[in-house]
Amino acid sequence: MLLLRKAFALTLEPALDNASGGKWTYDGFRPYYAPASHREVVFLCEFFEEMRSGMNMVNTVLEFTNVSFHYQATKASKPIVIFDQVDWHVQEGEFISIIGPSGYGKSTLFRLITGLENPDSGEISLNGEVATKRLGKVGYMPQQDLLMPWRTILENVQLPVELQGRKLSSDEIIQLLADFGLAGEENAYPGNLSGGMRQRVSFLRTILTGSNILLLDEPFSALDAITRLTMQEWLIDQWQKLDKTIVFITHDIDEALFLSDRIFVLAEKPVQTIREVVVPLSRPRTTRDLARPELMELKEQLISELRSEKRL
Amino acid sequence: MKKITSYSWSIFFVAIVLGVWEIAARLYDKSFLFPSPSAILIRLWELKTELFIHHLPPTALTILIGLSISIIIGSTLAIAMYSKKPIEQAFYPILIASQTIPVIALAPIFVLWFGYSIWSKVAVTVLITFFPITVSVFDGLRSSDKNLRELMRTMGASSKDIFYKLDLPSALPSFFSGLKVAVTLSVIGAAIGEWLGAQAGLGYFSRRMMTQFDSAAVFAPIVLLSAVGIIFFLLVVVLEKHFLHWRNHQ
Repeated sequence: MLLLRKAFALTLEPALDNASGGKWTYDGFRPYYAPASHREVVFLCEFFEEMRSGMNMVNTVLEFTNVSFHYQATKASKPIVIFDQVDWHVQEGEFISIIGPSGYGKSTLFRLITGLENPDSGEISLNGEVATKRLGKVGYMPQQDLLMPWRTILENVQLPVELQGRKLSSDEIIQLLADFGLAGEENAYPGNLSGGMRQRVSFLRTILTGSNILLLDEPFSALDAITRLTMQEWLIDQWQKLDKTIVFITHDIDEALFLSDRIFVLAEKPVQTIREVVVPLSRPRTTRDLARPELMELKEQLISELRSEKRL
Repeated sequence: MKKITSYSWSIFFVAIVLGVWEIAARLYDKSFLFPSPSAILIRLWELKTELFIHHLPPTALTILIGLSISIIIGSTLAIAMYSKKPIEQAFYPILIASQTIPVIALAPIFVLWFGYSIWSKVAVTVLITFFPITVSVFDGLRSSDKNLRELMRTMGASSKDIFYKLDLPSALPSFFSGLKVAVTLSVIGAAIGEWLGAQAGLGYFSRRMMTQFDSAAVFAPIVLLSAVGIIFFLLVVVLEKHFLHWRNHQ
């Protein structure tokens, strides 16, 4: 009880000047504080309200409310329901991974977020506002690097800026390229670069969309194992520097565990709830962390979950 | 260095053919029927003023005007077909059908319509070069990467942005392939046009010499015609290298 009292006093510290004179009592079950005056009650109410809204400062940057979506190949064919009244949200600054077998709506999820598709019903909110027109508001990095072979690296990176009717100076871009380990490559063509380098160019291009939400669609799946590991560590590094929210699609469970704060599992057809798994690891992480027993167990559990769904 | 060695076999082969031809012509010894290469070259030298001053310019002009019209109309039609499905459905079959028309058979009609002016020859050239350009531009536009298009849309690109920044650059390699075919065809088109009715031109001169049984003089303008074709072709190659220089980096 003493401890609780201390904690309470500590949170009240800045307010102690105004809130004082009340009495702590203990009724046999829990301690409670009896305010001395009506003025103090009003003050405490206001204080807690302020604290609550302070906690909400962790903003929701992306939110699905009751989203349903279906595909229909042709008018005659049967509609395939992908999402059925899905609720889902991502908070500011999070690193989120989406895993799930292919054909379970991972890419559709991204198409909905970017605005390439619109939901049949329900709402998608970006940065706290319902967004019906989302094209141009979310940074999307595709699976293949999709650099334009006829443009130099500098011109490729410039593309999203150009489409917004602005222009970055060459010096600015050269500086950014250097930060991304691409110094001296500004006049090279994509054909000259290795797969890992091209992905970094593609990532820089995604960042230059200026969006605070970045969607990465299996960006490292085409890279060899060593390059992929380097790129994963590099990505975490960039994420921590850049203060962006990242949603990352992968089918590699190790990758998801290594990178993310939370993992969302798409393993139903149609998807009705997106299961959430919080990764019990602090940062910075090393690949060795993945060998811990609790992580191994989590991994086993995720694999069996995905596999049992696949069998259906 | 490598480039020269890659051509050396073809130079070697041409030399053998010319050598055999030369020997055969000298043994046969009827130069009005079967002239030797050396006789053709001599005739070319003798006729140089007439050929280069009087007959080469109209032919070269026909080729240039014809190609330009083909490029403008062909590209415009290809872009229209690419951007509007009904236009594609309306024109694509007609375009294919137009290629089944024997152009040579049609050429007299052009002479009837346009007379002996340069336009009858231009019309034949356009008809023959229009198809490869339209089809190559159309296919080039259609070959633009669908994923890249969607990526650009997620960046907020308008359809105008997508056309200028994605579709056009994507169509360029295919356009140049089509242009190479068209350039070689344009020489044929101009020559056919001139056979049927002209007052000057390499094709016209070649045909006129035939009536005079001067076969060396029949061949001389043909040598020039093929030289013109090669020069235009090389010009296109140079342009292609310039516009598609990024291809060297792959």
